[in-house]
Amino acid sequence: MGTAQSHVEFRGVGKTYDGRTMVVRDLDLRARRGEFLTLLGPSGSGKTTCLMMLAGFETPTEGEIRIAGRPVHDVPPRKRGIGMVFQNYALFPHMTVGRNLSFPLEVRGMDAARRAECVRRVLALVRLDGFEARRPDELSGGQQQRVAIARALVFEPDLVLMDEPLGALDRRLREEMQFEIRRIQRELGVTVVYVTHDQQEAMAMSDRVAVFHRGRIEQVASPETLYEEPEGEFVARFIGDNNLLRGRIVSVGPDTCEVETPGGTVRAFPVHRHRPGDRTVLAIRPERVGLARTGVYSNIFEADVEDIAFLGDHLRLRLDLCGNPAFIVKIPNTVGHGAVLRGDRIRVGWGAVDCRALPDDEGARAVEAVAA
Amino acid sequence: MARSAERRPFGDHLGRGLYLAFCVAVLVFLIAPMLVIVPLSFNAEPYFTFTEGMLRLDADAWSLRWYRGIVADDDWPRALGNSLVIGVAATAIATALGVLAALGLANPAMPGRVPVTALLLSPMVTPLVISAAGMFFFYSDLGLAQTHLGLILAHAALGAPFVVITVTATLAGFDGNLARAAASLGAAPPTVFRRVQLPLIAPGVISGALFAFATSLDEVVTVLFLGGLEQRTIPRKMWSGIREEISPEILAVATILVAFALLLLGTVEWLRRRGGERAAARFRPG
Repeated sequence: MGTAQSHVEFRGVGKTYDGRTMVVRDLDLRARRGEFLTLLGPSGSGKTTCLMMLAGFETPTEGEIRIAGRPVHDVPPRKRGIGMVFQNYALFPHMTVGRNLSFPLEVRGMDAARRAECVRRVLALVRLDGFEARRPDELSGGQQQRVAIARALVFEPDLVLMDEPLGALDRRLREEMQFEIRRIQRELGVTVVYVTHDQQEAMAMSDRVAVFHRGRIEQVASPETLYEEPEGEFVARFIGDNNLLRGRIVSVGPDTCEVETPGGTVRAFPVHRHRPGDRTVLAIRPERVGLARTGVYSNIFEADVEDIAFLGDHLRLRLDLCGNPAFIVKIPNTVGHGAVLRGDRIRVGWGAVDCRALPDDEGARAVEAVAA
Repeated sequence: MARSAERRPFGDHLGRGLYLAFCVAVLVFLIAPMLVIVPLSFNAEPYFTFTEGMLRLDADAWSLRWYRGIVADDDWPRALGNSLVIGVAATAIATALGVLAALGLANPAMPGRVPVTALLLSPMVTPLVISAAGMFFFYSDLGLAQTHLGLILAHAALGAPFVVITVTATLAGFDGNLARAAASLGAAPPTVFRRVQLPLIAPGVISGALFAFATSLDEVVTVLFLGGLEQRTIPRKMWSGIREEISPEILAVATILVAFALLLLGTVEWLRRRGGERAAARFRPG
């Protein structure tokens, strides 16, 4: 991916408000033209600060942000030509929907007839035809959200930023709006940089997701890659469910490594260049663990079923396994209800490829602390 | 209600009685003197007391002669004119400066917010005599003493803190994202202010302006120091009226001022109740 293709580019960006704590540090990130890029992370991880710097409301303390290849350090927000959707919508309460939408066109000096036409078209795009005369406080949350999106698009920007736009909506409406935003983004081909703390939302909507943690990006990848191939403990924990087992590398082969855990030796896929003796965290998805009699696995363990939950399409078992007292196993409901009971001693297994040996973050943190 | 009152112990009754008595005393000593001037201003006789005829509600004992006197007199209309010119001009200056100051103070990035706020609000806590005396010496050097402009500036300084306070309070409830949204949509700062911020803080601006106007309208100390014969305002004329010629005309003027003050207060309250959004919609420019 060359610089020429990048629509948005962060180069070594850092931000501090008090001169000591870095809210964002050494950040390198690119968004391709037409891409839906999500900044995902818990609150305080720096994702919103990045969005605000991109919009021009905050200035990077170090590094450089480029839009379409040009540094934007000296460009004020109003000249960046970026559409922005705010968490609380930020619709002008004293203007009708029509006035809200024509505002960006008025300040650009467009004549009234063309403005009305643009407003009509963008309202059709968000499926609110004929809402021009309504006031924002007469609309439902979902409708206000659509107006906010329409306003960010009406002046035809090629870059749109969204700051947790669905946070205030209930679950059903949120899922509906996820599809809507995705549809609109595909229809117009705009680049979207989207901020959320909801990993399901990020997975459902994005081309790529940048996972933020403590002001750094842990991993940038497609939702599939983030789920299947997490590169660190934080991503493994944050995206979906994972069983974590702590252990020590015993031996390393080309595609597998052997890891010693409190419950025995586990064969795993080494994500990094581990050396024997290194501490490691193993991440295994609950749905990749099966009952040992139904498959052939490179890891097979015996454990008591501590608890069991029947969830219709699948069974959720809790085992005490290899030093993890809450090892979860998801078994599709093909075995039938009652095939496994609480207190049963069962044999479970998983493949070495489905068990990723990640660097132990706790160890890394301890080293960091000593260095500092 | 009645049953719960019956069950109350004696101490509660005593406390409640004292509380009511205190409230009545406050009303009698603070409000009653103002209310008394209203009927007295309709006295047919040149006295500051109720005549027997007034108490008997004789139609003859009541009259509008003092109100007619105000209008007929040359001095009162001139004083009214002075009050209005000085009041309106001072309010305009105080409002413009106060709004700008409040906007600046609302920006978290502004350095020295606390000392600047203290400085801006100091006219409210400084004893008026001291500010007035200071202005007298300073304005005399500049040739501003005994001019309308001098009084306008003095009253603007006294009224601006009210605007700063009311606008700051309104801005506290103002969603900063609205200004950001407007900027992201391509609006330059003056447009953001005119189209988004001002309409939404209009209730605060207007009530601040009314307070500033009321301050100028009933201010007498700086007028005594700075004003000459040409700058006699209504309070100044009342002040000399009481000292020189005790005429119930003053009561008539006072009644009109009370009515005007009530009108201002009612307007402020009405604005406050209408809430930011509705009022903003009403005052939308364009």
